[in-house]
Amino acid sequence: MGLLEVLEVTKYYGDFKALDNVDLKINRDERISIIGPNGAGKTTLLNLISGLLKPTRGKIILEGKNITNMSPSERCKLGIVKSFQIPSYFPNLTTLDNLKVALISSLGKSKNFLKSYQQDEEINNLSERALEVFGLYERRNFLAKDLPHGDKKLLDVASAFALRPKLILLDEPTSGVSIKEKRDLMGTIMSALKEMEISSLILVEHDMDIVFNYSSRVVVLHNGKILDDSSPELVKANKEVASVMFGS
Amino acid sequence: MKKILSGNLFFTLILIALLALVPYIAPPFYVYLTLTSLAYIPVVIGFNILFGYTGLLSFGHGLFLALGMYTTAFLMRNYTMENLEVLILASALSAFIVGLGVGYICVKYTRIYFALLTLAFGMVFYTLLIKFTPITGGDEGLRITFKPLLLGLDFRYLPHLDFLFQPYYYYVLGIVIILTVLAYIIVSSHFGLSLKAIKENSEKAEALGINIKRFRLYSFVISAIYTSIGGALLAHITSHVTPIFSYWTTSGEIVFMTLLGGFTNFFGPIIGVFVYTLLRDFIMSTIIYWRILFGAALLLIIIFVPGGISEGLIRIYKHFKGA
Repeated sequence: MGLLEVLEVTKYYGDFKALDNVDLKINRDERISIIGPNGAGKTTLLNLISGLLKPTRGKIILEGKNITNMSPSERCKLGIVKSFQIPSYFPNLTTLDNLKVALISSLGKSKNFLKSYQQDEEINNLSERALEVFGLYERRNFLAKDLPHGDKKLLDVASAFALRPKLILLDEPTSGVSIKEKRDLMGTIMSALKEMEISSLILVEHDMDIVFNYSSRVVVLHNGKILDDSSPELVKANKEVASVMFGS
Repeated sequence: MKKILSGNLFFTLILIALLALVPYIAPPFYVYLTLTSLAYIPVVIGFNILFGYTGLLSFGHGLFLALGMYTTAFLMRNYTMENLEVLILASALSAFIVGLGVGYICVKYTRIYFALLTLAFGMVFYTLLIKFTPITGGDEGLRITFKPLLLGLDFRYLPHLDFLFQPYYYYVLGIVIILTVLAYIIVSSHFGLSLKAIKENSEKAEALGINIKRFRLYSFVISAIYTSIGGALLAHITSHVTPIFSYWTTSGEIVFMTLLGGFTNFFGPIIGVFVYTLLRDFIMSTIIYWRILFGAALLLIIIFVPGGISEGLIRIYKHFKGA
């Protein structure tokens, strides 16, 4: 069943065409990886879906609703959440409070002026549970800025997961971490997807092992256009893709 | 957490007890200075909700201070409104309306653009106060010629200073305690955490579903209301409201008090108010070039203790605790 549709989307940065008439349909329960060389338009596409950017032309439809002109916060409320390429978090809040911000927002409690967030049992339990799922519970009282890089990545992803979105967008979740940490991190993310019942995922990733191991579908972007859109096996066998990606 | 809370509670109770004793133990001039400082507490608390908790530096909060003062003076002069509670509510309402309008425009911008816009609004209001003489009294401002009723009680039989140093002092202390507790509740609430998140990383906050412009506007309006109530309390102390309270130097004083005490701690700006008021009086009475000293003090604070006096005190406390 269709969850999200990107319809004839074009995006210009000045004179540079970052995306050119892109059409993409994302179904429920799909784990899609978007790959492509640098400058192919991967992050632009993710930012257009999350609302951080507006398309120059075209539409973005979520469950039949046109969300093209909606802000990231409005899209977040409808169930689209993005984690960032460079880990994004609240540096001077504790790990636990970082999660609480996400949960307070997702439960519609942000406008509560009078109740102490420290004494909200529901928020406390859910945020501690989410930290346990991501293996960050032991460091719940650390300031986010003091966490190691891998944990900052996890915290960014965890806060996105805590919103329990319909569609989660992960922009290079493993960039800047060691090979061993990559596997651990992806393992944690995959088990969190299951644990938190989040079924649809779009992943932008450079590591082909991760792409082919964790995706049900792979979309290849090149020069702002879709070069291929099929199963990991078929993409792997596509010579044009191999030429664009690896120059072979 | 409990330790911090009990530490804060202990500090608050000691401060309240000391403040309650001031009219009995301090010379009249210092009672006057303390009363003036008390009236400035809602101003700096309100300012810091916007600055310290939301990350928006306003250089135009004099506007709201003057708004509260002028609303009070105008209603007393033209409508013989004498009930202080009604005057405070009227000042809060005027700040709500003006804050909503000014804030709606200002919160579309951040950093230097926000600061300059608020500065511009403050100066526009200053000019309006000077030009609209029939309403505002122009350069001369407005005088408050009678004392307000406090909780419906009439203290007009008291000489002016006796009124200020007894019933009015305790009335202001009571209002300040209520407003401080309310502000503490607000910054500790779900809403308060969301404001901190916006200050820390607005892009991430928006990605998590927080409508950052709307929340910045809420913060702006709350801040305006607090500042205006401070103005309403201050008007009876000065008995004379003039456009200078909307001038950029007044807005700068509010910023200075907050930085001096420390914007990263809830109680920092309160410390800043008392230190600034007492220090200014002391330095002004000894040196003509007192502004140079204040400039140098601000410089030293920003370089060595960016968290202000409160951070300095916490550092000293930790040093001796660790020793």
